[in-house]
Order: sequence, then C-alpha cells, then structure tokens
Amino acid sequence: MANIQGKTNAGQASFSSIGRSIPRVEARAKVTGRAEYVHNLRLPGMLYGKVHRSTLAHGRIRSIDTSAARAMPGVYAVYTAADIMKLVPDPHYGPAFHDQPVLAIDKVRHVGEPVALVLAADIHVAEAAAQSIIVDYEELPAVFDEIEAMTSKAVVHEVLKPAGTFPDLKHLKDKRDTNIALDFRLRRGDAQKAFAEADHVFEHTFRTQQVLHVPLEPFVTVADPQPNRLDIHTASQSPSFVRIEIARLLGWPESRVRVRVPYLGGGFGAKLYIKIEALTAIAALLAGRPVKIALTMEEQFYQITKHAATLRIKSAVTRDGKITARECEVWWNGGAYADIGPRVTQKSGFTAPGPYDIDHVAIDSYALYTNLPAAGALRGFGIPQLVWGYESHTDMIARALNIDPLAFRRKNILKNGRPQATGTIMQDAGIEKVLERLAERMQWEKPFDHGQGSIRRGRGMAIGFKASISPTTSVAIVNISADGSVMVYCGTVDMGQGSDTAMAQFAAEALGVPVETVTVVHPDTDVTPYDMATLGSRSTYHMGHAVKLAAEDARDKLMQLAQEVGLSAETAPIPDIFRKKYGMQAGNVVGVGSYIPTYASPDAQGQTTNATPFWMIGATGAEVEVDTETGEFKITRLVNLVDVGRPVNPAIVETQISGATLMQLGFTLYERMDFDAGQCTNASLADYKIPGIRDVPAVMENEAVDMVQQSGPFGAKGVGESGTFGVSPAIASAIDDAVGVRLTGLPLTAEAVYRGLRANAGKPLED
Amino acid sequence: MTTHRTIEFTLNGRPVSAQVGNHHNLVEVLQDQGLFGARESCAQGLCGCCTVIVDGKAVSGCLTLAPLIDGADVRTVEEPRGEHGLDAVQQAFIETGAFQCGFCTPGFVLMTRQLLDAHPNPSDDEIRHYLSGNLCRCATYPEVIKAVHLAANKRKTAGKD
Repeated sequence: MANIQGKTNAGQASFSSIGRSIPRVEARAKVTGRAEYVHNLRLPGMLYGKVHRSTLAHGRIRSIDTSAARAMPGVYAVYTAADIMKLVPDPHYGPAFHDQPVLAIDKVRHVGEPVALVLAADIHVAEAAAQSIIVDYEELPAVFDEIEAMTSKAVVHEVLKPAGTFPDLKHLKDKRDTNIALDFRLRRGDAQKAFAEADHVFEHTFRTQQVLHVPLEPFVTVADPQPNRLDIHTASQSPSFVRIEIARLLGWPESRVRVRVPYLGGGFGAKLYIKIEALTAIAALLAGRPVKIALTMEEQFYQITKHAATLRIKSAVTRDGKITARECEVWWNGGAYADIGPRVTQKSGFTAPGPYDIDHVAIDSYALYTNLPAAGALRGFGIPQLVWGYESHTDMIARALNIDPLAFRRKNILKNGRPQATGTIMQDAGIEKVLERLAERMQWEKPFDHGQGSIRRGRGMAIGFKASISPTTSVAIVNISADGSVMVYCGTVDMGQGSDTAMAQFAAEALGVPVETVTVVHPDTDVTPYDMATLGSRSTYHMGHAVKLAAEDARDKLMQLAQEVGLSAETAPIPDIFRKKYGMQAGNVVGVGSYIPTYASPDAQGQTTNATPFWMIGATGAEVEVDTETGEFKITRLVNLVDVGRPVNPAIVETQISGATLMQLGFTLYERMDFDAGQCTNASLADYKIPGIRDVPAVMENEAVDMVQQSGPFGAKGVGESGTFGVSPAIASAIDDAVGVRLTGLPLTAEAVYRGLRANAGKPLED
Repeated sequence: MTTHRTIEFTLNGRPVSAQVGNHHNLVEVLQDQGLFGARESCAQGLCGCCTVIVDGKAVSGCLTLAPLIDGADVRTVEEPRGEHGLDAVQQAFIETGAFQCGFCTPGFVLMTRQLLDAHPNPSDDEIRHYLSGNLCRCATYPEVIKAVHLAANKRKTAGKD
C-alpha cells in the first residue's frame, strides 16, 4: 500500500502516471461489449416514445389528428404541446435562448421538428402509431441561407427570448422581426485607415456546408419518475445543465432531479446542453411510467448539426508581405433554434483573423436563425469553419505575392507576449513551435516533386488556434477509503476521449498512489458535484484542476489524521492510519476541489485583457496527388501537429489527434447534408458518407509538440479538437499547389477540381 | 399486426429459446437475452455495430430477422474467450488502444476474429478491405490496424484460441 507523498514531491511521486500511456480504465468493459450505455437500459414498466415530426420547414399548425394513433391497440398515450403545457405552462428550453418548445406549439420551424409523441410498451406499436398522426399545416415562407436570413422577410421567431445566462445576449430580449440571434463585434486599431494606406488589399469569401456529428450511439434518454423526484438516465455531455434546465422547466429545486450518465457512444458536441431530455422527462411524468426515447440514425439528422458558415475576409498587406489589417465578416447558419450558436458566434468569432500578429482588426460575426435543423457545437466550436477561410486566404495572398506560404506565415505569426485581436497577450501558446515542427516534418524547405503528365502532386499547410470557453466551473470530490483505495466523483462525461483515465491519473498523481487504486465515478448528479459540461476541450484543464485540488485537499486531511493518531504521514501505510483512528477498516477522508479560471469580459469593442485560460493550437500539412484527367485526388500524406501542453496519456492524446483529423477529413471530402425545401435528402449512412478505414491516408503522422501549459494541471491543457483545425485548408492548398485550382467551398470533391481544371483551360463545364 | 412464435437456438454455446415476432430482428432478440454488445446504430447494415456471428458467419443483427435464427448457432462479443475471458484480439485492442467511445468495438472485435481465421497474417490492404464494413466515428482506424497485426502475432505465438 502506498504512502501519502509530501506536498513538494507529489509531481515526482514514484507512482507517477502523468505522461504514461496506461490503457483506458474501461478497456476490458469496452472490448467485451459490457460497457454501460443508456442504449442498454431497460426498466420495469418502461414505455417507448416515438416522435411524429414536421414535414414542413415553416408552417402554422391548423390541427393535429391523433385519433388513429390513440385507437391503435397497445398505445399507452399520445401527447401534443397542449398536453405538455398542462405540466409546464411555458415549455421552451435552450442554453442561450429559451426558444425551443418541447413539442411544436402553433407552428413548426424546420423539417423534423417534434410535433407529437406516442408512448407504447412495444416500440413497434409506438412507431406505427406515430406515423398514423396527421397534421394539417398552413405553409409559411421559409429562409434557408444565412446571408438571406440577415434581411429576409421570412422570420423564424416572432420575438427573441434570450435565456438570461449570457450578458451579451440581453440586448436582444423582446426584439422582433429579425433572424439575427447575436451580432458580435470586435474592433482593434483603425482597420479602415490601414486599408486606405495598404500596398495590397485581398478579399475572398469562403463557405462551409452543414454537416453533423453522427455519434454511432444516437441520442437516447430514459426518464424514470420516483416519488416526488425524477431520475434521468441520458447520453449527455452536460448532466449538470440537464438537471438545472429540467428543474427550471418543472419549477422544482435541482435536488429533486437526478441525472445519470454512463459511457457515451460518441458525443462530439452533439449531446450538449439539453436535447431530448425535456420531452422524455415530461412524458414520463405525464405517464407516471419510465419512458425511453432513442432516436434512429435518420432522426439524428434533424436533432443538431454543425453550422454552415460564410466568411468574408479582407486583408491589407505591405509589399514585403506584412499583414497590417484584417476585416472579417462571418455569418453562421444556426438553423431554427439557437442552441449554443450565439456562443460559437462570439467565442470563435474573436479568433477569426487567425493566429497572426495584426495591428488593425475589425470583426463582425452574426448568429442567424433559418428554417433548417438547428446547429450547435461540433468538435472545434466554429474554429474549423474559420480556419478553413483564413488559412485558404493566407495561402492565396502568399501565392499572389509570390511569397512561400511558410515564409509568409513566419513573417506574420502571432508570438507569445504579443496581443491577439482581443488585446489579450498570448501566453504558453505554441503557435510558432507547431508551425516550425510542421515545416520540419514536411521538409518544407527541400525541393518537392510536383509530378508530371496527368498525375500532379502538391502540398499545403494550415494552422489554427482556439480559445477555451470561459469562465466555466468544475467541482470534484476525492474520497479515500479505509483500505487506501480512492474514488473520484466528477461530472466529466467519458465519451471516448479518455477522461476517466486522465482523471484517475490526475488523482493518483496528486495523492502519490498507484493509478490502479483509483476509480472514477460516472456523472450522477445525486453524488457528483457541478460541472459546466464536457465540451470545448475544457475537461483536462478545468476538471483536471478540480480533481487535483480535491486530491490535495484529501491528502492534507489524511496527513492531519495521521498526525492526530501519532503516525508518520510520510511512511505510515494508509490503512494503518484509518485503523488506528477507527479501530477497524472504517471511515473516509473526503477532499473537495472547485475550479474557475480568471476571466475579463470583453468591452463593447470586443477588447479584454483575459479572453481565455489557455490556447489550443493545431496545424496540418497535406500532400496530394491529383489526376488532371478526372479531377480525382488522393491524400498521400497528412502530418498533424498540436500543442496540448504536457500530454497526460500520450497514446490517448495521439488517438485524439488522429481521430479529430479523420473526422475533419470527412467534413473536408465527403460529408454534406443535402436539402430540398428544408428536407434533408440524405439522412442515412447509405447516403451520407462518413470516413471508413479505407479513407485513412496512406501516411499519417501525429505529434504533440514539447510544450507545458504553466497554468494547467501538471502542465496539461485541452486536446480533443486541435487536430481538426488545419485539415481542410491544408488539403485545398495542396490541390492548388498541384494543379492551380483553388476551391473556396467545402466539401472538396473531384467534380469541383475537374470543373476548376476545365475553367483554367478555358473550357468550363456547364452547371 | 404481428405474429409471434417460439424459436430455439444456441447462444454463446448454451441452448436458449425465445418468443419472437416475425418483424423482430436479431439485435432485439439478444437484448431480450440481456446482451447489449450488438448495437443497432445505422439500421441499414452499413456500420457494423450490430455484428453477430451466426453459424460461423458475421451478419448484421439489424438486418437478420429473428425467425431466421431458429436452430442457428449464435455467438456474440460477450462470449467468454481465452484464459481470462479475453482472446488475443481483445487483448490486442486493449494494448494498442484501438477504441475510443467503444460503441463500435464489439463489431470490430468479431470481424477481426473472422479476418484472422481466414487470413492469419493479413496485409494492411487486407485489413482495410475486410474491416471496411465497420464504421468508427471516433476514427480509431490507425490503432485498429495496429491491433489486428498485434492480434495476428499473439495468435501465432500462443496457438490459435
């Protein structure tokens, strides 16, 4: 049994597991199919819920005919908004705006919106009954494009209803006749003047498409009414938020709502805030029975997506390649419900000029309502859309000025000690290091074989950065049992990123005990304390701090206890301390840790001295081969460099880097939700291709550069998103380098390349 | 709307019987038996999450109608294998970290066993070809390829298990 390490040498403890690639703590459960997911949960008396969904993008509901469904044998209940409102008079929810009804009230705002719910003990009966419901609509004009939404006569919401959580949304309260759900503005220096004096001005517009997360475990929630309480088992990335929001809707104290989250079969930002939990909870309370709602893969396409976006970017550049000013306008297509879109608009918006040292900056970033399925957070929180634009723009400028893309970046790169567009001074950001390591691994300065004949080769690089969402809170409890084994109670959700393992490593490190003695308790709001959410690569840093603080608190208390019973805190085995105090194997020592980083709110010009507790940096280098006869191309090499601070578990970190990169590769090459009048026409894995094992590039290299986040727990910071940043623009630049075709919209397809080749040859194809 | 019948089959080596509807699929039958390792995800036989071994062949549980497994030999990822309940493939997946969220992992484990039964020493190309019907949204593919090679080596040194 371990001794408790002294305060000063905890970092070098003999059991140190930080920086070691220990297998995931849940490894055995996952390879034997025994890992717990809500997917597996069946409760006695449980009913299955099936949703009847809107077939129109925008329409007023004239009537809902549920008579056939109600008459179907085996149907337990059919609910519409009228039933929901008997329990919750104002059933609108959401993290930024209270704009989303549990079931559609009077009108529908996108195809797939839930209109009615059928409950039955047999899921097939529920499904058949849901399909038998007939809704009569009066069709309303709809708006789908984010630019049109700025001025459209079709208005998605009659009145804006900010939730009150975010100060920068308050001015939108009760606003009418607008689709703008946030207008974020940043001004630094005098961009107008700099443009007037510029040697060169470049302006480009870039577009990204609407895509979605596709966790292989679709959304699933079970609500189980208890006497005077409600248990919710849900595949959620934010159990604390679900509890708070359900309690608010019901008018209950938080303590009457219990939210449990086992493992997630993928999250990627989809399962954040509140999704199907409100409907499931209210249905269970109305029915007085446990209710399970599990979406199908097809239904997932209507739940939450990633913002399509348009970025207009304009730069003033000197003759020798120094960027003096940059203007960015970003329009985020948020779909019918705001979800967390306004945060994407602001938190990502302020990094829109990229990781460059630019004195004069103007940014306008708009969150827009449209009649498409809602958009929220997806691995990168808006950053991949922006990096796609600003790094393509960077390369286009370098090529136009005939400057090497690496040299151009070196000349303008944002260094530590210099202010970012918000005015925040950069610290512990390995931007230069990531760029230089990428150049080294790509052997950028050596000659490159561009191929010949119909097969041409090219290469490209791109680098992006991201701030952490701030300020947010994590609380953790560390409990040492009388035999010396340790429990960590924390609300971080392990959705595959390996947080259980990382938190066990943090606790073991701070206590100086073997990591095998630590068990991480899954989120259960009856026992695990508050955590803002598992999002934005925040857990390693924020929950890591909280767990470390809780472990240190427990360690201090145990040392006090040792002293109290006359044992040496340095050498006495832990069980001896408890036995001496309690006369047998009994008792606990409980430590608590709570963490919120410092933060300064931006002023009206978007300026702040402290925008983020840490920066995430990711870069990708790509080499491609393009067939000039068909436009087909293949990626022959991808090199991914990130700054994650000190890697807690290098093997898991590498898997996160390559996983993020490959996911972004899907968004770069294949994935696009196609719409016809707001109806997604490829809502299945048969028609919407996600990357498979054959899509992994022949050569893929991943590296976390040697960095330490001084403010991080044991030098660590976030990992999960950085691999996504540079992928799309690096590949587009490589294609340009190979055949001189510059694509400005995603996904990058062989058809688009071929059209470009034909256009370059003066023989454009007809549309 | 439904017709029910009793079927009998062998599940992970033990005889079982089940009441099934004609419209039920194999994943639902397994869930009724308390086994959740085969998971319905895409419901189109495209993702491999619901892989089950029926009479020695990998099938998509979501596309296999329950009445059709009457009399069959059905094996799932939960079947205990190897000395400590883990076979060479499962051990190799753990050692190489070849999964993240784990939802697709049972399908990969079962397909890797099939691959190694047919090709004890597969090339990267053979691995990619054989596992192309298994999707992993966490994209743990590079690690899966490493795991398959490691499992092949483990099988060779330990004798097939």
